[in-house]
Amino acid sequence: MLASFSSEILKLYRRPTTWVLLLVALVLSQVFNYLVPYAGYLSAENETAAKQILASTMPENLISNSIGGFPLFAGALALTLGASSIGSEYGWGTLKTMLIQRPRRLSIFAVELLALAVAVLAIVVSIFALGALTSSVIATSQSEAMAWPSLTELARGVASGWLILMMWCLLGAMLAFLFRGIALPIGLGVVWILGVENLIVNVAAALLDFASTLQKGLPGVNAGSLVSTLGGRSDTPGVNSAVDGMQATLVLVAYVVVFILIAGFALQRRDVT
Amino acid sequence: MGERDVLVETRDLTKRYGPSIVAVDRVSLTVRRGEVYGFLGPNGAGKTTTLRMLLGLIKPTSGMASVLSRAPGDPKSLARVGALVEAPAFYPYLSGLDNLHVVAGYAGVSKRRIEAVLETVVLTERARDKFSTYSLGMKQRLGVAAALLKDPELLILDEPTNGLDPAGMADMRSLIRSLGSGERTVLLSSHLLGEVEQICDRVGVISGGHLIAESTVEELRGKGTLLVGATPLDHARERVEQLLGAERVGVLDGTLRLDVDPATAGRINRELLGAGVEVTELRPVERTLEEVFLEMTDRKGESHVG
Repeated sequence: MLASFSSEILKLYRRPTTWVLLLVALVLSQVFNYLVPYAGYLSAENETAAKQILASTMPENLISNSIGGFPLFAGALALTLGASSIGSEYGWGTLKTMLIQRPRRLSIFAVELLALAVAVLAIVVSIFALGALTSSVIATSQSEAMAWPSLTELARGVASGWLILMMWCLLGAMLAFLFRGIALPIGLGVVWILGVENLIVNVAAALLDFASTLQKGLPGVNAGSLVSTLGGRSDTPGVNSAVDGMQATLVLVAYVVVFILIAGFALQRRDVT
Repeated sequence: MGERDVLVETRDLTKRYGPSIVAVDRVSLTVRRGEVYGFLGPNGAGKTTTLRMLLGLIKPTSGMASVLSRAPGDPKSLARVGALVEAPAFYPYLSGLDNLHVVAGYAGVSKRRIEAVLETVVLTERARDKFSTYSLGMKQRLGVAAALLKDPELLILDEPTNGLDPAGMADMRSLIRSLGSGERTVLLSSHLLGEVEQICDRVGVISGGHLIAESTVEELRGKGTLLVGATPLDHARERVEQLLGAERVGVLDGTLRLDVDPATAGRINRELLGAGVEVTELRPVERTLEEVFLEMTDRKGESHVG
């Protein structure tokens, strides 16, 4: 099991796609959480507004800044990671190579998901770490006092961020197991995250009662609500307060379990050609 | 033959896709310990589907299969089986060496084994290059190296010479012969008759999903025939039909083909001369596997077998 896990980590570590996705996630989080606000602060004419903008980049907002983009853009990147990692196994035929070694199918499945979980955790921690560095540089340069979140709050923030990205990553992986490829799972997944949920929440929910109820069970809405309970600003795309933190966590965990069960069933039952 | 001497056994193994497509139809074959078994058939005959069922990649619709006395895909039998199914499948962004590290991790074998298999397939020098830069021959050799990682008792190779140039094919055949020369059992699928004839001890012939013969290469070829060139041919034919029976006499390309032991050539010659027939040619003819195959599949002129 450990040797299989090492193999999976080697595959993810050496894969250019993993690094590209990590780089994009880091760049986007830095640009929209720190660079753009800092530029806005420098060019602001109103001193009160300038102070508010600067305050949003301070270390005390590390958690909300780091996971603010997880319901949408980082979620889409995590979905791409899951779909491309699993889908390429079908495209290259390497799943077949793995399955004719020693382990059972579900062992291979477990190891692949475990490696993805580690990769997602690494992405979350990297975003937090770079955010911490950038905010401390801004604070130091502006001679502002640094108030960091407590370790408990940080752990909760990292865990929540991991849960959100893992849920999206597993959606991508599940779609890849179902469609045995890369393109369709990424296309469908991204359309869901960026389009369909928005339409349900912003259009259908305003017109139809059942859609208003339905939105409270959507993965993106619950991800956004979880971010909101951790201080996420409501003006951030994807962040909302539709449900409370406990419900959001439970719904996301339920999605994780369902995605794993469906993906595992698909791998176990279907022929690998 | 003891149970331990049979490494692969199928009984009425069948794979259907939907109601109308039967990829493999009631195939019953036996691969014995230590032999190089050729699984011969044209493209689309059902060879790869059968091998995939033996490896647990696809599930049979009906019938039975056992590999090393266990169900296909059982981890305990897979631990003793090495396989290359269809095209070698590896991660293009990893080197050959790293690809073998990945496979070794799943196979649960020591990393030291990697060096040994790279040497066996003569790929050590290019081991650190990316798989995507390999030629087809190198990819096939890496596939064989991966199959050898477990030092398997049973080696399953599916069309390992596919796409190789003549020199590459010769190298690969030589490698397969050496791999099958000891106690290791090799199950080799191929659509190339010459390849099977050169390498294999026994052959299973599959066509249209049916196993139509299973035997040694010699048995499949039969004892051969006696070719007789004679003038006048009709008179010669009458005489040998009286002598041997009509069912053992045929005519092909203006010569008689007699289904007799070639050792009887002298007697045939005397009889024909005695009957006033001029014998212009008299020699034994060994049937090629191709002729046998074409007879069995009754597909002369349309077979894909080369």
